[in-house]
Amino acid sequence: MSDAQGSAEAAVLSAHRISKSFGEIPVLFSIDFDIKPGEVHAIIGENGAGKSTLIKILSGIESPTSGTIHYDGKAVTLPPNGEAEAMGIVLIHQELNLAEHLTVADSIFLGRELKKYGFLDLAEMRRRSAAVLDTLHVHVDPDARINELSVADKQMVEIAKAISRDARVLIMDEPTAVLSVGETETLFEQIRRLTARGVAVIFISHKLDEIMDLADRVTVLRDGQLIATVPTEAMTPDSIAQMMVGRELSNLYPPKHEPDVDAPIVLSVRGLQAPGVKDISFDLRRGEILGFAGLIGSGRTAVAEAVAGLNHKTAGEVSMNGKPANFSDVAKSVAAGLAYMTKDRKGRGLLLNMGLQPNLTLLTLKKHLKGGFLDQNSEAQALERAVRRFDIRARDASVRVGQLSGGNQQKLMLGKTMESEPDIIIMDEPTRGIDVGTKQQIYHIIAALAAEGKSIILISSEMQEVIGLSHRVLVMREGRLAGKLEGAEIVEAEIMRYAAGIKQGGDDERINA
Amino acid sequence: MSVSTHEAAKPAKGLRIDFKTLGPLLALILLVILGYSLNPLFLGEGNITNILTRSAFIGIIAVGATFVITAGGIDLSVGSMAAFIAGVMIIVMNWAVDAMGASLWTVLFGIGCSLILGVGAGFINGFLTTKAKIEAFIVTLGTMGIYRSLVTYFADGGTLSLANGARDIYRPVYYDSFLRIPYPVWVFIFVAIIGWVLMNRTAFGRYCMAIGSNEHVARYSAIKVDRVKTATYILQGLCVSLATIIYVPRLGSASAATGVLWELEAIAAVIIGGTMLKGGFGRVGGTVIGALILTAIGNILNLTEIISNYLNGAVQGVIIVAAVYLQRGSLRAGRKKAAE
Repeated sequence: MSDAQGSAEAAVLSAHRISKSFGEIPVLFSIDFDIKPGEVHAIIGENGAGKSTLIKILSGIESPTSGTIHYDGKAVTLPPNGEAEAMGIVLIHQELNLAEHLTVADSIFLGRELKKYGFLDLAEMRRRSAAVLDTLHVHVDPDARINELSVADKQMVEIAKAISRDARVLIMDEPTAVLSVGETETLFEQIRRLTARGVAVIFISHKLDEIMDLADRVTVLRDGQLIATVPTEAMTPDSIAQMMVGRELSNLYPPKHEPDVDAPIVLSVRGLQAPGVKDISFDLRRGEILGFAGLIGSGRTAVAEAVAGLNHKTAGEVSMNGKPANFSDVAKSVAAGLAYMTKDRKGRGLLLNMGLQPNLTLLTLKKHLKGGFLDQNSEAQALERAVRRFDIRARDASVRVGQLSGGNQQKLMLGKTMESEPDIIIMDEPTRGIDVGTKQQIYHIIAALAAEGKSIILISSEMQEVIGLSHRVLVMREGRLAGKLEGAEIVEAEIMRYAAGIKQGGDDERINA
Repeated sequence: MSVSTHEAAKPAKGLRIDFKTLGPLLALILLVILGYSLNPLFLGEGNITNILTRSAFIGIIAVGATFVITAGGIDLSVGSMAAFIAGVMIIVMNWAVDAMGASLWTVLFGIGCSLILGVGAGFINGFLTTKAKIEAFIVTLGTMGIYRSLVTYFADGGTLSLANGARDIYRPVYYDSFLRIPYPVWVFIFVAIIGWVLMNRTAFGRYCMAIGSNEHVARYSAIKVDRVKTATYILQGLCVSLATIIYVPRLGSASAATGVLWELEAIAAVIIGGTMLKGGFGRVGGTVIGALILTAIGNILNLTEIISNYLNGAVQGVIIVAAVYLQRGSLRAGRKKAAE
């Protein structure tokens, strides 16, 4: 319906009445989409809205069940397996698709190596890689190995690879999900540079402010339907969010209930040292949500993993309820009532090729033993409870967890963590890469847990989330505590000052408080 | 697409899964029909007993291998380990016969030694893979060479033979039957049932699948990864020891040629049965069927003239590759479904 203004003559790539079903299950219903040269077109929608399927169809990885795709005004059938790259349509996956042991130059020329007398022309490939990286203002050595690079640099290598292939349409699946604020800014500069050269950029993001900042137009999907394609300047983050969820989004963050002033200290960390952690001390009180803010790589996860017994600490004391709690493995911390929920739900949190039930009970399998044997009824009941409590939505019981949307994976992981009935929960990026509707659900769950007396450490790179939920906020920088904020001090600018190192430590006794 | 469903908790078995489970069984049934149509003797009682008894060695070892492979490991040393254990068993039993004369105790002593050696050898494989963090392929390639060489050394390049007195007492373990089913088959049945229960009805089996599926997730889920992995190798050693215990009375001897290529046959049985070589998914029932399929192929070739018996390995090879290809096919379908 909103395709009318998407004048087909100017579009470099367009899709008309695209539908897609996987077996019996329809995921896209008659979607129209187009993008013009030099335009940034964002696709937004809740998890499971069909965004990923749409970009896979636009890049030829999936073929539509019905509908047509036009490229340069001509109807085309895009070749599968990423061969559309040769035509100038490049998809950069969220997980990035680089061979970790190759060099940057190898990666840029992978699949179309330059040859001289039948042998690889390494010097020429290095020279041209350097040239491409240079035009992008990226400072990466063409000889560096991919596994030595930061995620942000890897992304830049992907972009360089795309540019060196004369990409005319660049499709990015949540490129900023794993980037820090500064890195995101660099990426956006890069994208602006590309669009100035006439490259069309399609990108998926859950971050509304980014979309407002970068995109010319935004397409909103909901449940596989096209809701609208609108120019960004006509929108506000609120109006986009409303289109996404189809309802008024009020109270993204639940009201804060401060813990009692005399609430007992349940977790106390003193002088903690571990790889990436330098002399961290803090206390956590019963019913408190303690936010850990900071840039990516500032050591927040390292603190959590050292406390939970996943990593060895080199010095320092941890105590729970006044008793020493220096855990040497996860089983011990879980048994003591402290659970860590990883930020890496695909690599560390869930078994993607298994079903919901074995994933839910994996941490607490011992609870489901009867006479030494697994009681599958008891496991099934646990899943039923978790599905209800955390609103986990699955097509049917036999789906593998890898097929669930990110939001449902996250809720399943939350369910898995809560199966151990912890008193202290460390949640690491609990809403990374999930839609705003699910975020809201998770925020309310976190607040409810705190209200019933659980204590929560919330590690998040989303400033708004830390500010919206935490009773107190600790800011980390380069492995140290850079600052501590309470009450009205918890504002974005203040956190940023500590995180970026503009403002230092403050008074020590307060940090240790 | 995300239909809210509370039925999610109901364990509904998908058709696809059932077919996957039945795949190896269907292949075995086809093979039996083929064998019978080529030579009706194939289904004679004597021949069936023969197939079952012969498949017991590989089958028992393969049940152990199912756990190792499911947990993401591999054990190449089982064939050499069997030869080594057989050799040491014969040496200690002969020594016991010399010292105290042959009696039931001699045989029990030999069996005890076998169990200790099996568990010990498994522990060494497990320890080196988990604590020394050497890849399982390399560790077991090394121990494979060591055991093979040791048995050759003990036999001085020839054959170690069990003393006659002990041989007479030990013989029934391979040749006698209970309810018309030979003892080796009973052991195989026993090992298969225990293996199935361990894999599907205990936390240990679930942990093996979790580790093979993603070791990081297992560690973050409070599973003692090293301990479970070591346990799979010990279990494998125990299975090798049991197979050796029923193997030794068959010939009453051991040499450098004992158990050659058993590791590959065991791995083949596991793979044909539907366990994934990269781990994460184990089927003990499938392994049993895989072992039967491998033995039945050899048997059919023996009974018929169509293909030379010497091509046994080639036919087995084709079957293994075909089985893995079919597994991949269903995987690819699964991945396509996942893409949304």
